[in-house]
Amino acid sequence: MSMISGMTIREAVEALASGSLSSSALCSAYLERIQAVEPRVKALLAINPESVMAQAQASDVRRAAGQPLSPFDGIPVTLKDNICSSGEQCSCASKILQGFTSPYDAFVVGKLKSAGCVLMGRANMDEFAMGSSCENSACQKTANPWNLKCVPGGSSGGSAASVAACETMAALGSDTGGSIRQPAAFCGVVGLKPTYGRVSRNGLVAFASSLDQIGPFTRTVWDSAALFSLIAGFDEKDSTSLPQDSFDFAGDLTSFEKNPRLDGMKIGLPKEYFEVEGMDDGVKQVVMDSIAQFKSLGAEFVDVSLPHTKYAMACYYIIATAEASANLARFDGIRYGYRSPNATDINSTYEKSRGEGFGPEVLRRIMLGTYVLSSGYYDAYYLRAQKVRTLLRQDFTDAFKQCDILLTPVTPAVAFEFGAKADPLQMYLSDVFTTALNLSGNCGISVPAALEPASGLPVGIQLIAPPMEEQRIFRAGHAFELARPQKTFLAPLS
Amino acid sequence: MPAETDSKIDVAQVAELARLSLPDSMISRLQTEMEQIVNYVEMLNELDVTGIEPTAHAVARVNVMRDDVSAKPCSRESMLANAPATIEEELVKVPQVLPGEGVA
Repeated sequence: MSMISGMTIREAVEALASGSLSSSALCSAYLERIQAVEPRVKALLAINPESVMAQAQASDVRRAAGQPLSPFDGIPVTLKDNICSSGEQCSCASKILQGFTSPYDAFVVGKLKSAGCVLMGRANMDEFAMGSSCENSACQKTANPWNLKCVPGGSSGGSAASVAACETMAALGSDTGGSIRQPAAFCGVVGLKPTYGRVSRNGLVAFASSLDQIGPFTRTVWDSAALFSLIAGFDEKDSTSLPQDSFDFAGDLTSFEKNPRLDGMKIGLPKEYFEVEGMDDGVKQVVMDSIAQFKSLGAEFVDVSLPHTKYAMACYYIIATAEASANLARFDGIRYGYRSPNATDINSTYEKSRGEGFGPEVLRRIMLGTYVLSSGYYDAYYLRAQKVRTLLRQDFTDAFKQCDILLTPVTPAVAFEFGAKADPLQMYLSDVFTTALNLSGNCGISVPAALEPASGLPVGIQLIAPPMEEQRIFRAGHAFELARPQKTFLAPLS
Repeated sequence: MPAETDSKIDVAQVAELARLSLPDSMISRLQTEMEQIVNYVEMLNELDVTGIEPTAHAVARVNVMRDDVSAKPCSRESMLANAPATIEEELVKVPQVLPGEGVA
């Protein structure tokens, strides 16, 4: 691997500014790397080398003229295949959207383009972002760059794997119940789920609208803060967008690191997250070591309780499937997407296009969502789940009266092998530590902590803050990264 | 339809509501899987939710308005380019809706 393709955004921004590196050199190093490792990792659904190089050269021309669009002009970013980018495919790794071309840019893509970022291609995912392993992609199976027999996590598994395999500098994904944080943990990269409403969902193919958030995958917390600053901010096209401007979070970290201590910070340990059945000893040990690390940085720990934690998964699977069944009603074979050649009339066009176009997990969730919303069951399932959602939110509000952030594992175990979780419910339960934040709207970040000794696979820790308090988890994560024994996490792909 | 079974989920009826044409093998597989998942989510019945307001969204914003300004965010061509079938690239072509009439 060339030195270039293991770089961080921070290093590249400096090198580009000083003139020691061009975006063309940067991007061609990534294209070479993709050629070398992509046949094994299979993280990408589409990559157009000519377009990448044209964007990079345009960036170099702007810089040469002294007019870069931002410090990030020329930085490559890969997109999950559910984020629209004008003129490019957006298949959500589904048969039903094969051949679809986005007619417009997602809000976040507009932000990246106006900063001069180079769009590196489309990353694999679980179909319509439903899954925890990328095995539900209708297109291909992505491998974990740390162990090719293991899954990269999901649903944003292609985004996570492409960063971990050094096929790109950063990527965007989406997180509905853990789909950024869990694959970030499995692949040894940093993944942020922002506060709900802080990043516009305009141009993100909807899965569960009250839970979906777009966020960055990067190599470091500083990079995460930088990319988040670029994509955050109010958008009138998303009615749930918060009327808050973005903020230079990376700049804040640059000043903070002059004395990267956490004295006075109170970190809560929710006891329910440490009582989960099936928690790996290796993961537990890494979390314990991380706690010790935070203590040495001056942080103080308090025990807190999130009493409704055990109900989060049940609540999530009612709300997420209900919203998905409504959102995915738009795929009907009429205006765009797959239309069954076996249909004879309008109803069979709907039924056959949908039945043939969606994969098994998507069908399962549409069916569940339709069932919990159906007449006679609405109050018992959906309305009750919405009330439990209130209790789950209250848990976080109460916990944050005692502490500034929370620290938890991201997943109960490291990345599993392909086919290991064939039972859908077993697969759902691998998101036990991540879904509650989507229901409550809190922000959370997954930061690699160490490699589990037994498997050699990365383990992540999750830092959680109240809504709009990303700065706290960036600072804590950055201080932790500077202090942790393992400095960098580079997958051993030769 | 399946009046005889003990099962509480009429999978075929749910599939009809969801406008999904599914093979029988899928229906029977979903019967087992959906029952298993529904049994799991029914743990919410342990909780007393009397008097608790439902949360529909993580952000409590209501009546978000913007100015009513006409705009053309996407060209007609780019929208029609994704249609499975068109009539002279001007209209989305759909299968016959009303029975009995001849197809033009």
